[in-house]
Amino acid sequence: MPFDSRLRRGLSPITFAAGGTFLVPYRFRYLRRWEALTDMPQLRIVVLVKQVPDTANVTGDAMKEDGTVNRAALPAVFNPEDLNALEEALRLKDRHGARVTVVTMGPPAAVQVLRESLYRGADEVILLTDKAFAGADTLATSYALSLAVRKLGGCDLVLCGRQAIDGDTAQVGPQTAEKIGYPQITCVSRIDELVAPADGAHGAITATRSIEGGFETLTSSLPCLLTVTGEANDPRPASVKLVMTYKGIAAEAMPEYDDTYLDPESDDAEVCMLGRDGKPVCRAKVVQWDHLALEADREALGLRGSPTRVKDIESVVLAQSEARMVEPDEAGVAMLVHELIEEHILG
Amino acid sequence: MDSQRSGAIVGGDEAAPDTSRQNDVWVVVEQHDGVAAEVSLELLGRARELATRLGVGTGAVLAGAGEPVRALAPALIALGADTVYLADHEDLGDYLALPYTRLVAGLIRTHQPQIVLYGATTTGRDLAPRVASALRTGLTADCTDLRIGDFSAKGETYADLLFQIRPAFGGNIIATIVSPEHKPQMATVREGVMVMPGADESRTGTVVTVPVERSSAPVAPANRIVLTDADFAVRLVKRVQEEKRVDLKGARVVVSGGVGVGSRDGFALVEELARTLGGVVGASRAAVDAGWVSHEHQVGQTGTTVRPKLYIACGISGSVQHRAGMDQSARILALNSDPRAPIFSVAHYGIVGDLHKVIPLLIQAYRTKV
Repeated sequence: MPFDSRLRRGLSPITFAAGGTFLVPYRFRYLRRWEALTDMPQLRIVVLVKQVPDTANVTGDAMKEDGTVNRAALPAVFNPEDLNALEEALRLKDRHGARVTVVTMGPPAAVQVLRESLYRGADEVILLTDKAFAGADTLATSYALSLAVRKLGGCDLVLCGRQAIDGDTAQVGPQTAEKIGYPQITCVSRIDELVAPADGAHGAITATRSIEGGFETLTSSLPCLLTVTGEANDPRPASVKLVMTYKGIAAEAMPEYDDTYLDPESDDAEVCMLGRDGKPVCRAKVVQWDHLALEADREALGLRGSPTRVKDIESVVLAQSEARMVEPDEAGVAMLVHELIEEHILG
Repeated sequence: MDSQRSGAIVGGDEAAPDTSRQNDVWVVVEQHDGVAAEVSLELLGRARELATRLGVGTGAVLAGAGEPVRALAPALIALGADTVYLADHEDLGDYLALPYTRLVAGLIRTHQPQIVLYGATTTGRDLAPRVASALRTGLTADCTDLRIGDFSAKGETYADLLFQIRPAFGGNIIATIVSPEHKPQMATVREGVMVMPGADESRTGTVVTVPVERSSAPVAPANRIVLTDADFAVRLVKRVQEEKRVDLKGARVVVSGGVGVGSRDGFALVEELARTLGGVVGASRAAVDAGWVSHEHQVGQTGTTVRPKLYIACGISGSVQHRAGMDQSARILALNSDPRAPIFSVAHYGIVGDLHKVIPLLIQAYRTKV
């Protein structure tokens, strides 16, 4: 029986993990008991990510004849520091147990970064896509993202990359924090400690951020928003098993937020694998929200909600090279070094 | 449209002219232990120029705790501030995003400056977006130039706007950003791009003491800054200033590596060349992001601006952001396998080839000559 049809029939591949050959319904009674035994509120983490043109690797191929960059020639990628943020979320999940929800705003094609988040272990993914979001500057972007976090019912921790490589503004994180009313720790190079919320206590997070010529360590009560830098970690690669599960997944409009499909007990759930803790993991959906789903004020969205305007853009035109070319051989290099020493450029 | 705009910003009498145009140009000064960040002082010079062009005054927001901060106020006046808004409170001793946002946003609401500038430091880039969000106004990050000019859109002309000029899109474009209908116009500005003004001890100005209170409940009496307990959800555990081990600014020779170096091992070659030539190791952002070298070595827009006698760029393609940090070097040698790499356009000497072969040749040539 093909894997997918098993899932459709609500049968669990748990049996694979157990090495058995039977197919059994996933609603094991012991799961309920297990849930009851670990009566802990689950840590909720929201990760904000962005799909960006790969501006970091502008090679000669992406340069036009007139010396400007051919932006269309740049591939769309997962913003690098957002991957670092996702990795921190997944590490916290590995250590403490958590539901990791990834949110992105962008065109329909941005669903790819959500797939890639699922490949790495995200539990729930949300695509904010709507023409009304187009042309947003950081203020309008943070407004939409903050509404999404609200619609999710808030969380304990919001993580995002420090900045995106297309704009390098580093503004959306702090602005989103302000709009949700969460404190912030930006430029985080290390999460030192997380005290998960328990027994009515909010929990706390301690993180270290890079500052000019040093670093500082801060502790925040939860909830809190952190922006993460590339120094923090090396993001994990995609899991082959998860790629197989999610490679074809498409976004579906679900204006009413309803996450029962993530509950193994629910009829909507499809269990796709076992988590590290042995609990069944439900197959995620790509939830798609527009401005109506967010109940957003249209005037605060997209270009209309953006105080800043681009007056003009000047493509950087590279002047014709005036460099004196030196042969990459012993004689050429020796002559150059000799010349630099003669001119007292090199001492 | 005009009255609406001023109404939204200035509030009060709708018949009044757009007074926001007559308001000051501010700099939010960053200081640690009574020592102001260089970029804040540089900004005072530019704020002075912008204010002169607009025919308005300049203001400096100065916050902290105790005598060292108070002592800083006269220096800010000498460098160009007409008014120093001094917030001296024990709870403002260490920079923290929430209380400082409360302070700066509160002062802006009260005094309505038309322009507010911040240094594009980790502190400025932590604070300014939060303030912009609280005030629902525009903010442009990491500007490299600021000018005053007119802007027309949809048949409407806005006079004397702040042109906020910055590289974007990985440094492949230079964008001029304006914030026509929102006040204040705010920008963070990178260190080292504005000229440090000379101090004029004869300049006079006013120091306005900002009343700051601490309260457990959120109350907001007019014209007072009230810090609440919620503003202290984050607390500083420790701040460590490391000895500056990398003196890129003062280096005679800088040898930088970029993504073309290929690996951490490859970067060791760059380091060896730097050691051989008595130079300092630099890096492009890509090399820093790859984890081959620490951020303090980074040259360019978000790193250090250098002007050595010789700059050697190894495997650096040369984004505008990188070039902005090194193109004033006396001599530039670019080493890259891609003959079309943009770095060659600013280089005086170019070598197209495999740097794993060329760097050893350079080391060998220098050793045999000296």
